Amino acid sequence: MINSDKIFTKYTKNDRSNLIGILQDIQEEYNYLPETMLKKTAEHLGLAMSTIYGVATFYNQFRLKPLGKNIIRVCRGTACHVKNSANILYALENELKISAGETTRDKMFTLETVACIGACSIAPVINVNDEYFGGVSIKEIPKIISKFKKEEKETDKKELHEKLS
Amino acid sequence: MKSFLELKNKLIEDGIPEEEFIARCTEPEITPSLEETIANYNQMLRCEIHDLPIIFVGIDTSGLASGADIIFKLIEEEIQKKDLKVILKKNGGLGFGAIEPVVEIKHPGEDRIIYRNIHRKEISDFIEKTIIQKEIYTKKLFATHGNSTSKIQNINETQFFKNQKRIVLRNCGIINPVSIDEYISSGGFRSLDKVLRRMSPTNVIDEVVKSGLRGRGGGGFLTGKKWELANAQSESEKFIICNADEGDPGAFMDRSILEGDPFQLIEGMLIAAYAIGANYGYIYCRAEYPLAIQRLEISIKLCKGYGLLGDNILNSGFGFNLKIKKGAGAFVCGEETALINSIEGKRGMPRPRPPFPTTAGLWGKPTVINNVETLANIATIIQRGSHWFSSIGTENSKGTKVFALSGKITNSGLVEVPMGVTLRDIVFSVGGGIPDDKKFKAVQIGGPSGGCLPESVIDTQVDYESLKSIGAMMGSGGFVVMDEDTCMVDVAKFFISFIQSESCGKCVPCREGTKRMLEIIERIGQDYRNIKEPIEELYRFKGIIHLKRLSEVIKDTSLCGLGQSAPNPVLSSLHYFKEEWEEHIYERNCPAHVCKELLTFTIDSNVCSGCGLCIRKCSAGAILGEKKQPHYILEGKCIKCGMCVDSCRFDAIIVN
Repeated sequence: MINSDKIFTKYTKNDRSNLIGILQDIQEEYNYLPETMLKKTAEHLGLAMSTIYGVATFYNQFRLKPLGKNIIRVCRGTACHVKNSANILYALENELKISAGETTRDKMFTLETVACIGACSIAPVINVNDEYFGGVSIKEIPKIISKFKKEEKETDKKELHEKLS
Repeated sequence: MKSFLELKNKLIEDGIPEEEFIARCTEPEITPSLEETIANYNQMLRCEIHDLPIIFVGIDTSGLASGADIIFKLIEEEIQKKDLKVILKKNGGLGFGAIEPVVEIKHPGEDRIIYRNIHRKEISDFIEKTIIQKEIYTKKLFATHGNSTSKIQNINETQFFKNQKRIVLRNCGIINPVSIDEYISSGGFRSLDKVLRRMSPTNVIDEVVKSGLRGRGGGGFLTGKKWELANAQSESEKFIICNADEGDPGAFMDRSILEGDPFQLIEGMLIAAYAIGANYGYIYCRAEYPLAIQRLEISIKLCKGYGLLGDNILNSGFGFNLKIKKGAGAFVCGEETALINSIEGKRGMPRPRPPFPTTAGLWGKPTVINNVETLANIATIIQRGSHWFSSIGTENSKGTKVFALSGKITNSGLVEVPMGVTLRDIVFSVGGGIPDDKKFKAVQIGGPSGGCLPESVIDTQVDYESLKSIGAMMGSGGFVVMDEDTCMVDVAKFFISFIQSESCGKCVPCREGTKRMLEIIERIGQDYRNIKEPIEELYRFKGIIHLKRLSEVIKDTSLCGLGQSAPNPVLSSLHYFKEEWEEHIYERNCPAHVCKELLTFTIDSNVCSGCGLCIRKCSAGAILGEKKQPHYILEGKCIKCGMCVDSCRFDAIIVN
């Protein structure tokens, strides 16, 4: 289990400037911001829960809901837009049957858009679990998705094998 | 000698004052007892002398995106497999995205040769040819860092680099970004040394004022003047902040500086801090740039170890501590007062100005906020003098500017050009023009605050004032080229929807105004055939009538730069591409075939083979047809997503 105190000991108490850093650390550990942790943050910094909520909802980085196992980020920067990233997003939405910002029901994929990944020279770009795919075409989308589905199955199998042996 | 730190300890042991450390690193002759060792070590750092061949792999985010890390790993495996004696090094990126992944090879006593677009499948051949046979791998040859020969060009003679003048990017892709010794050996920290030993804060400020350096983040305020204002404050506690929250979609030059040469930025910040009298500094960097943050962290740690950060730097009595603050993905935090709020742990909303940050900034203390590129210029200005710097550029805009060239352009990547070159030079000379024989249509400069410029003004010089006069803005340096397949209404819609979702919501004109603008522009591209209420049609025209006026109001009354410049992309587009807007509004036609709701999709029955792929892809169930018989599209059901066009292998779908 994650030791939640470890996050807080890094930051001095009642110093508001640490708020964003703490939230970032929590999200790194849990993949989202659980309510219990937000309450602990409020206690640690001596702030009202509403203030924490205000900050957590202001920034695009923070999520109040858990994510799927694989996170697909579609770059929607200018360069990617000019190179048709809207269609890439549409194709992904179609393939996964969810819209941007949502998670599939089996919790396998979360689809997100980002303002700009900064890899404009290889636009359009998508990023799956920090792996970049540059110059993506719509035809490649099913391949990319099935690649991650397959990987998932293989790791599941491995885990099962390990458990059995 | 293994590092300059070892040298430093030795010097201190010998009773040599600490302040001479930097000078003694690169000028071996002043330490006769160690002259040869220091000279040798410097030559080694500059890769001038080495026994084994060196392989450099350029690794930065855009390199990683094209698989540079995989290439690195494969080369590593290949070396092991063939049991080769070589040195494998990670470098920063050259900033030429179109040729990535880049691998460079240097044999002892020979020139360093650059290879382009190395593919993972050819690693074995590549290593065999270049390392074992010591020949040139002509298939992927790009250029050399050495002299041109009949076979191979010098890098600065290639089309992409020929018209560039690299000051800020001079080390990017050349040195290892996280090796402090390589930075020192390439002349790094000499300016800091000069400032601490021979210049007073006012001298430094004078020098920067005289250089004419202006803020590279977009506003274009004189950097020296900003420092002067902060220096004049009598408060004992002051701050310097580096704005590395590069949120403009289509801009990535700050990231490349952070990833390619972080020490240059740190040196610039140290000099700025010394000039204004600040002892604390922050680098506010986007969390979306993990590699940049990682390299900054390493660099700061190394600087601390060398005594270049912390208390009493090089025994000068001046102390400076530097911290990294990670942004959390809010575009508005690039605005300086919003950035301050964000560092303080608040919602990143701008504050009314005055008071300006230089009087009351972070925690109410005088604060100077400079952009990455601005600070990266400082060391060179101090080193080579304000006179040299101000000789580059135009009357009111000095030095160089880095642009992130992307979009429909052959040579995408980072270009650093002297101020005063024309946009045409950047697009056609450096950028190599538009690929696939398409026609140039527009260039978008300055991101969401800038404007779209057509061919008629493309001979304008790049400087702050001329760009403003034609309705664009220097901005942070995004430079997105568009060809005939780009719809200007769609681009305007894209920027307004970006601004609208990034508006912080504090002031009404920006929060409500941009939303209304988006609605108006969305209506232009909407399909009205299914709408029964005629009043809707009226709204569309009413909106368009008001669009320009609404833009002006938002421009005049918004609180911060984000709102004040938000209508720029729309206004410039309305100004230069009026006909295209009118065609959308009156003819209900999108000439670039982008606004989908205005298009009709039909299947060419002569071409369609009846494979059924489009039927499976169509999410609306709008395509019918028997197997091996031409299909057809039901217009009423078609949602115009364009999936059929993209999936068809026979190009049988006609778009009108």
